[in-house]
Parts: sequence; C-alpha cells; structure tokens
Amino acid sequence: MRYLPHTKEDIESMLKVAGQSCLDDLFNSIPDDLKITGSLDIPESLSEWELNDHMEELASLNIACKNYKCFMGAGSYDHYIPAVIPYLISRSEFMTAYTPYQPEVSQGTLQGIYEFQTMVTELLGMDIATASHYDCGTALAEACLIALRQNKKANKIAVSALTHPSHRQIIHTYISPSGYEIVEIPYTKEGLTDVKALEAMDDIAGISVQSPNFLGNIEDLSAFKAVADAKKILFITSFTESLAFGLLKNPGSFGADLVAGEGQSLGIAKSFGGPGLGLLAGTKKQMRNLPGRLIGKTKDANGDDGFVLTLATREQHIRREKASSNICSNNGLNAMTAAVYLATVGKIGIREIARQNHDKAIYLKKSLEMAGFESAFDTPFFNEFLMKAPEGFEQKRSALINDKCTFAGICIDKFYPELKHHYLFCATETISKKDIDQLAKEVK
Amino acid sequence: MIQQPGTSGLIFNEPLLWDKSRNGRCAISLPKSDVERDLLDENLTGDSPDLPQLSELDVVRHYTRLSQWNFGVDSGMYPLGSCTMKYNPKTNEVQASRQGFASAHPLSGDEFSQGALKLMYNLEQSLCQITGFPAVTLQPAAGAHGELTGMLIIHAYFAKKGKQRSKIIIPDTAHGTNPASAALCGYIPVNVKSGPMGILEPETIAAIMDEDTAGIMITNPNTLGLFEANIKKIAEIVHSKGGLVYGDGANMNAIMGIVKPGEIGVDVLHLNLHKTFSTPHGGGGPGSGPVAVNKVLEPFLPIPRIVKELDTYKFITDCPDTIGKIHTFYGHFGIMVRAYAYILSMGAKGLTDASKLAVLNANYIKESLKGTLNLPYDRPCMHECVFNDEFQAKNHITTVDMAKRLLDYGFHPPTIYFPLVVHGAFMVEPTETESKEDIDQFIDAVKAIAGEAEEDPEKLKKAPLLTKVTRLDEVAAARKPCLRG
Repeated sequence: MRYLPHTKEDIESMLKVAGQSCLDDLFNSIPDDLKITGSLDIPESLSEWELNDHMEELASLNIACKNYKCFMGAGSYDHYIPAVIPYLISRSEFMTAYTPYQPEVSQGTLQGIYEFQTMVTELLGMDIATASHYDCGTALAEACLIALRQNKKANKIAVSALTHPSHRQIIHTYISPSGYEIVEIPYTKEGLTDVKALEAMDDIAGISVQSPNFLGNIEDLSAFKAVADAKKILFITSFTESLAFGLLKNPGSFGADLVAGEGQSLGIAKSFGGPGLGLLAGTKKQMRNLPGRLIGKTKDANGDDGFVLTLATREQHIRREKASSNICSNNGLNAMTAAVYLATVGKIGIREIARQNHDKAIYLKKSLEMAGFESAFDTPFFNEFLMKAPEGFEQKRSALINDKCTFAGICIDKFYPELKHHYLFCATETISKKDIDQLAKEVK
Repeated sequence: MIQQPGTSGLIFNEPLLWDKSRNGRCAISLPKSDVERDLLDENLTGDSPDLPQLSELDVVRHYTRLSQWNFGVDSGMYPLGSCTMKYNPKTNEVQASRQGFASAHPLSGDEFSQGALKLMYNLEQSLCQITGFPAVTLQPAAGAHGELTGMLIIHAYFAKKGKQRSKIIIPDTAHGTNPASAALCGYIPVNVKSGPMGILEPETIAAIMDEDTAGIMITNPNTLGLFEANIKKIAEIVHSKGGLVYGDGANMNAIMGIVKPGEIGVDVLHLNLHKTFSTPHGGGGPGSGPVAVNKVLEPFLPIPRIVKELDTYKFITDCPDTIGKIHTFYGHFGIMVRAYAYILSMGAKGLTDASKLAVLNANYIKESLKGTLNLPYDRPCMHECVFNDEFQAKNHITTVDMAKRLLDYGFHPPTIYFPLVVHGAFMVEPTETESKEDIDQFIDAVKAIAGEAEEDPEKLKKAPLLTKVTRLDEVAAARKPCLRG
C-alpha cells in the first residue's frame, strides 16, 4: 500500500527494538476475547485508476455532474469561484496543518484567520468575529445558548418562523436538553417577522431574526432591536447569504448583539451542503461568551508582531465542563477560503457581485410573473424570493431538470404547509439574462 | 548523527492585507451585467464593506508567503498526540472536487442526488463494519460535534425511558472535549482516576456507578495510548445499573481490524474522519465526526437518515424518537468523499496494516526514547506514547522548551501538557505513514535536545531560533485582546 512506507526489514528491526516477535504481539495488552477473529468485511483495495472510475461513476449519478442551471438557494448558493481560490487553498501548508497550537510554525494560518476575523467584522459591522463555526445553524444555536445563559429569569428564546427551518431544528436539538424552549415569532402576510406579535411575548431571554429571511425578504431589524432593548434582552440576527452585505446595511448597524451566518457563498463549493462555514460575531461585551477559537495579535520575544490563539480560558480544554462550548475543530480551511475570496473580490468586487445578484433576481421575478407566476409578497428582497406557481408547474419543473438540467426553484410547502404551490427562487451572478429568458419560456 | 531536516532559508515578510490595499484594484473580473440595474430603497442599503483592494498577483503572493510560514504534514513529521496527523492522500482531493460532488446542491432532491446518497450509504456501511455497530450517522461536523450528538442520544434515551439521570463518569484519561460535551446535555461530570497501570479499574467504576448516572465516557485506547483492557467488565457494571457506555473513538487508528468497539460493550461511539480516515486537518477543520450506535439507540439518531430500497437511496425523516437535526444539511459531505476514497484505497488489509504499523511506530519510539525522556507508564502502548520532562527538571528544562527546540530540528512538536494525568506530558503519535528513517531522525533530534538540556540549557530556553517568529507573548495577547486589524 503506497501510504505505508515500511519494508519487511524495517518491520523486523523495529519489532526487535520494541521487544516483540511479530506485529500481532504488539496487541498483547488487549485480552483475546476482545479481539475480532478474521478480517474486516471491506472490499480489497483499489488502485488509483480503479478508484477514479468508481468515484466518477458515483459522481455521474448526481445531476450536478452536468453544468446545471441553479435557480435554488435556501442556504446553499451557486456563486462563481475564481481559480485563485482553490489554487491557493490547496497549498498543503494550509491544508495539512492542524489547529495552530505551535504559533512559531503556524503564522500563516494565524495571520490568515486574523485577517478573516477582521474582514468578517467589516462585512457584518461587528466588533469581534470568531475563527469560524461548523455552519450557520450550529453557530446560531450557540448564539441562542449565550442569550439563554445570560438571562437568569427566562428560559425561552423567541425565534422568527422565517428563520431557516433547519436552523430552527438545530436550535431545538441544542437547547432542549438544558430545559430551554423556542417560541416561534409568526410572520405577516408581507412575508416578514411579526414584530407586534413579538412585543406581546413575555419571559423571553433573547430574540433571533434572520435577514434576508428564509423567504428572501429583508427584515426591518431596527424594529426588533427596539423590542429587545425594551425587554432588556439580547438581539441575535442570522443570515444564509453573506454576499447580501455587499449591498445591504449590515447587522451591526442595527445594533445586533450577536450575529450568526453562513459563509458558503464566499468561495466555497456547495458540496451537497457541507462543509460550509459558520460565521459568528458579537459585540465587545460578548467577547468572553463567544464559543470557539479566537486569534489575537501580540509580540514575540524580539518585539516583532505575531499572532496566537487567545482567550483560551473560555474553551473546553481549559474550562472543561464550564466552557462556553464544546467546540474544538472548527471549519478553519473554509474560513481561510472565505478570507481569500474576500481579498480577491475586495471592496469593489463584492459590491458589483451583490448588485448583479439583486438585479438578476429582480429580472427573474419579473420574467416569472409574465410567465404566469404570482408574486407571494411585495417586499424588498436580495437574491431570493417566493412565487406561487401556476397549475401544472411541478411536472414542468421535473421535466426541466431531466431535459434541460435546470432547477427552477425549491418547493417549500414541506416547510410551510400553508404556502401550497409556493416556490423559493434564487438568482446569482452565475445566471445570465439568456438563462432567465429561456426559463421563462419553458415554464409559460 | 543523521542530518536533521530543519535549516534556515529565505522566507518573506508580508504585511496585513489592508496594508497592501490600493484604491481601485480588484482581483476579479466580472462580466458586464446583462440586466437592468435595480436600485433598492436607500434605507436598506449600506456602504460597500471596506475590504482590501488588491490585484490578483497581490492576493496570490500574499497567501503563498503566508503558507510558507506554516508547517503541515507535507512539510515534515507532525507527531501531535491524539490528533493522528497521518498523510493526507492527494487523490482524495481529486475525488472530492469532482463536479458531480462539489457542485451538488443539497436540495436537488433524492432522485437527482443518487451518487451522493449512495456514497454516504456505502461509507456508513464501511464504518459499521469497522466499528462493529449496526447503524451510523455521518451528520456531525467534527469530533466534538460527534461527542455532543452521542450525548444527546444518551439524553434522549433516558428521556424516552421517563427517568432522566444527572451524572456522567469521565476518567482522567478521556479527551479534553468530553466534559464540555456532557455538560451541554446537562450532565454533571464525575471525574475518576485511572489505576496505577494507566487504565481504569472495574472496582473504581463499581464504587461510583449508580442509577442516577447516565453512564461513562471512555476513550479507548485512552489518552495515555493504553488499551482499556477492562472495558468489557466496566461496560457490564455500567449496564447493570441501567447506564450506557459512550466510546470516544478518536483513537480508532490503533485498532482497525483488531477490535470492534460495538462488540465489547460500547453503546455509542464517535469517529474522527480527519484523524483515522486521513482527511486533511485544514489548520483546524473542517473535520467530520460520524456517530455509530447499537440497535437500542438507533431510533435516536439525527435526521435525515439514508435508506436503500432495491437499488435506490433516499433520505427519511420520519423517525419519531430522533434527537433532531444537528447540521443544516447532511454534514460535511466533502469530507465524507475523502474518507470513503481512503477506505477504498486501503481495503480491509490496508486498514488493519495501518493500525498495526501505527502501533509499531509508537512502540519503537517509546523503546528508543525511554532512557532519554521519563516514561511514566512503561507498558506496551498502542498508537501513541506519553513521556514527560522529569529527567530534565534538574536543569530547569521543561516540556515546552524541548518542544520549541524540536521546531529548529524541523519537526512539529508532540502534544504537550496533555493528558493532564501526566505532569509535563510530551505525547507522541507518529502514525503509520512515517517511515523508519523519518522516525529515526526524530529520535535523534529528541536525544540531541536532551543533550543540549544538559550542556546548554539556555539555548533551549531561547528556542525556537530558526522560525519566522520567536516565542510569542500569549499572556499579553489575552490580557489586552486585539482580535481585528
């Protein structure tokens, strides 16, 4: 096996040093009745070319093996990934290192993630960003736990019903063993979280609102901040499309205490939903409550600038059961990917990409309306919006996938049964006017 | 003495991104927009985030230079105990970047994602086979996330029985994340000491296991690199009081094809695909932490689950006892592709050989260095061995000094000051992919450093000398945190 370097002679001489006569004797400390008899029931090893054939066969069973047109978002977005990004990120010094426990030989990861933290705070208008989390849903669950733990009186968190359905489920999974509960804030006929309903809610430890929300609409976050202030509780916002903040006002400008987001749009492949990138940011006040790694700037013994993992006293390996979270490995390489992406597109590029996303989505919506779709809401959105489909669309949609490799929206009635025949559409910079015109023609 | 790999060479200074920024530069060329510009209400829009403005070469040079300040497995031996820094095969990267995998949208629908589903199903089956459990979830995003999932499953099991328990037993040789994972489920950790042989003794567990204790979290092989030989007896004690045994499988690399945890009393186990199954550590993730369970616990696994019907695969969510979702979609699929490719490349024999050679390498190091460094538990080890700095104490040289000096010799240091059960621990896990020559170099380096500790201890205090930066002031970093530029 090409990954195993030992020659027969190596094994013999090493066994001699180890004081054993054969490899099996190395396991003498394991009682015999605990050992398996026989071998693993796993196929014989494949050569690299056999592996290639097998993997390509599997990959070709996914429609994604073709250049498909993606009018779907809902937490995973189709964006252009410039060639420099996979090229730089596959540098093995980044890819094959681990958590920078030895800062003297990890300054690449450390400076890179410090720059990542800085750019995320800039994107979100927040004081502090962590070195990453698994995905938006898990980052949001941690944010909810922060709010719940800080409030000694209430054990409920108010979460908008227009928060990504999976994220709401993750929050539930994370918080319920500790006796905490979610109360859902209903939504209005404009497709926005109902601030009036929230005002009437008592005994809540925090408020969590996604914007743009799951149905694509842009929330008025200042209204929720006002409620949070009146109730003296934490205000959390989340988002699934980070490129929205190339155009929209950032969460920090609305006074968010904690922000959880998905960073997959920042140069990371969709990869069937993971690994993405959990973004988690907070105000200075929340610094010591944030879970996971943080990189800080310091000096070395010669007085030169350098970077280290810092504030470890919040973390599991120091505080054990009193830690702010159990997270250890995060999504480091994807954080680095996002940093390379943000540096690549820069201040000018992110604005133009964000504008094109919005413009194409507006054009797509108009085109669908002309093709017989009904707009679900008349509310501003970024690059996703909800449409009620004309009769017979479901069949047309399947045919479009099979015949034209085009995915026309996502049916959302399994998430919101009251929204029958409604589809969530998304347009990004990868979609051309021609693609949209073609789609409109096909669905008419 | 063999020539050591560490030497000095030209590396480059590189400022922070924004210090290179010049107004007007942009490293991406976008197509001209082909649709009309729509202006959103001004109340909704903000200024463009103040990101750096760079050319493409600026970006390439920046990250190339940064990468050169890093040490990875591809640079040299990285014997970080408990982290299993084995070689990350390059073909796995090729497999994960195939368009059919990398471009797959998670909500494409089962019918159009059969390749992804089949791969996940096959990987689950392989992991079942390796661990000896009937069911696996691939959803957890990392090892600690797998631990949390496992504990949530235990919590849900007792909730379903109608009587929740309040405590969980955690030995001093368990992984550092265990107590925090248990605490997230409201369990109070009850810490227990391992015996004089470095492993748990059944009597210790019998004395504290009661009907208010949910069970035990046991890392096997443990963090001393020793196999918990009493595991079966301990499991019987825990089970007799209605408790469950959680297995931390982070050290599975030692026992593939030798022991199946599912057959020796463990009820639920997590694996780390980024350790045992060779996926890159990425400077701190993304990893993947699948969880394997026995029949009794299967109904509690996270949703969606994958089922095979005839020759088609589908996700199912109709599982009334499930703990729910723990990831937005299905977990770190891209990491699963790499692990699956690794298992196929290794085959049954390759995986078993990997474990045997990992254990051989560790025992070879243990025997070769035990006169040089103090070995608190002088017993045959599994995949890692734990020394400490007791011999060097007379010269006021500590573990950290030796670790820092190893950098100058061109090696990544072992895990230091963990496990806590050994004072000044120096925990070496070579993995099976290191050759005898590379290990001999490492042994020589440690011996040379021990010699320096006698003759020139000051040199060790100043180490490292060849790295881009010298020792960093971590105290100042924590006292006045500067977390953004």
